[in-house]
Amino acid sequence: MSDATLPAMPVLPAPRRMGHAAFWLACAVAALAVIAVLRGIGSEYAYFAATFVLQYVVLATAWNILGGYAGYVNFGAAAFFAAGAYTTVAIGKALGLSLLPCIAFAALVGGALGLGTGLLTLRLRGAYFAIATLCLSVVLQTLVVNWSYVGGSRGAYVIRPRDVPWPFDTYGGYLCAVVVVLAAAAIAIARTIEKSRLGLGLGLAALRDDEQAAEAAGVPTLRLKLIATTISGAMMAVAGAPLPLLGSYVEPNSAFGLAYAVNAIAMPLIGGTASWAGPLIGAVVLASLQQAATVTISSAANLLIVGVVLVVFVCAAPHGILGLFKKGAR
Amino acid sequence: MSEVVLRADGVGKRFGGFTALSGVNLEVRAGERLGLIGPNGSGKSTFTNCLAGAFPSHDGGFTFKGQKLAGLKSHERARRGLARTFQLPRPFRGLSVIENIRVPLAYAGRHEATEERAMECLESVELAGKAQRMPKELTQVELRRLELARATALKPELLIADEAMAGLSHAEVDQILALLFRLNAGGTTIIMIEHVMRAVTEFSQRLAVLVAGKKVADGDPKTVLSMPEVEEAYLGR
Repeated sequence: MSDATLPAMPVLPAPRRMGHAAFWLACAVAALAVIAVLRGIGSEYAYFAATFVLQYVVLATAWNILGGYAGYVNFGAAAFFAAGAYTTVAIGKALGLSLLPCIAFAALVGGALGLGTGLLTLRLRGAYFAIATLCLSVVLQTLVVNWSYVGGSRGAYVIRPRDVPWPFDTYGGYLCAVVVVLAAAAIAIARTIEKSRLGLGLGLAALRDDEQAAEAAGVPTLRLKLIATTISGAMMAVAGAPLPLLGSYVEPNSAFGLAYAVNAIAMPLIGGTASWAGPLIGAVVLASLQQAATVTISSAANLLIVGVVLVVFVCAAPHGILGLFKKGAR
Repeated sequence: MSEVVLRADGVGKRFGGFTALSGVNLEVRAGERLGLIGPNGSGKSTFTNCLAGAFPSHDGGFTFKGQKLAGLKSHERARRGLARTFQLPRPFRGLSVIENIRVPLAYAGRHEATEERAMECLESVELAGKAQRMPKELTQVELRRLELARATALKPELLIADEAMAGLSHAEVDQILALLFRLNAGGTTIIMIEHVMRAVTEFSQRLAVLVAGKKVADGDPKTVLSMPEVEEAYLGR
């Protein structure tokens, strides 16, 4: 049908959007509220469960920056996550630093790893890129297994500090608060990238849809992909940095576990990859389900749950939970 | 006579053992409307891809506004004012119509990526009323117009319109032609690659013909179309 027969649609006013500063402020307020509620509950298990869920919020949000915004599926999330965990082990042991500086180091290590991976693999696309990132996980795990300084295949014990920062009464509570802040920051970073007026989110969306057309429109696709791998890598490593202190022990098989790689992909897919809210929703739903299954059925059921939910969503709601709402809104 | 804006010097491109382009020389002057024609497989799109930086050329090279383009990536060429459209429309399907225009505005580096500027681009192709629609809601001719709007958002000095009229009806061809004339009147040099001969003859001030990767004719459209080698390329012996 030619447009001559179609009446022109009136131009819809652009929806009012919250500014970046306001969103960061909202995230900070939400983080404080979550910390206050958890402090009110005051249960060690509540701290543990919240830490577990929020670690996945950081991991899924980080994965989505490259996988969702740019369309590059990274199967090596576990490598970045474990790189963060082992940075805490190595830096903690070498320099005796506390958790917060270790997280900063983990961001640097993850960012460098992401940049390096990007430089080596970003000329690959689709399945080839995914396989390359999977290989990264295998290579890193082999290195860690053979690195006795961080415990090698036996793993490493990390003793929680005795002094607990004010106003927390237990280290579990402090650790949980740190992860709450990390999750809020991750969400704010993802949203800033997505809605950036400088065009990073627009550019990533353009290259996700058509890389050659994006180049023709002036988008420096390689540079943008490297920025995305670096930020995504840094954030995934940050997600893993508190892991050794969470269980006081870390070993390669669990740090590089399949669950992290699968969950990092499944959570954004289930929530919806197009927006910052998708990975948040997916992570909260899926990680809570897994935590509930762990305490009621068995931790062995975790991946089964992820698999079943993922199959259901891929078939019934390929654009995730957010996609369902958008459909309903039309 | 106006200055030469683009010069191709002996451009050659091979794909394995197949020679797609061989020693192509071409000059395009500022403000000119050049038609580049040739049968399927003659190397027109390869020429476009080499010029736009999607493929590296094996021999020769291009000079655009007095500067050599060798080594420049596609996006750097686009930012210097060399825009292209694609044979099949390639909108960013996950972005709305106006966001499709905001991409070149944000990255071209020469203009502000404001809502007003994006709307101006859409108005120039009569798509302002569909600014918030998604590309999948557009008709074929609207997709072609979006493609042109995205290219013109770069404020190009040279636009390569690669088969912008393929598959369109008579009236739709006229719409796109009118758009291209308007762009040219605004100072944009245009290379039209086209199979719709009516459009090519109506639009072009000069015609260049590629056959099997070689330029066989270059000149006034009437003279070129009556040349025996051009007739032979299109109709056979």
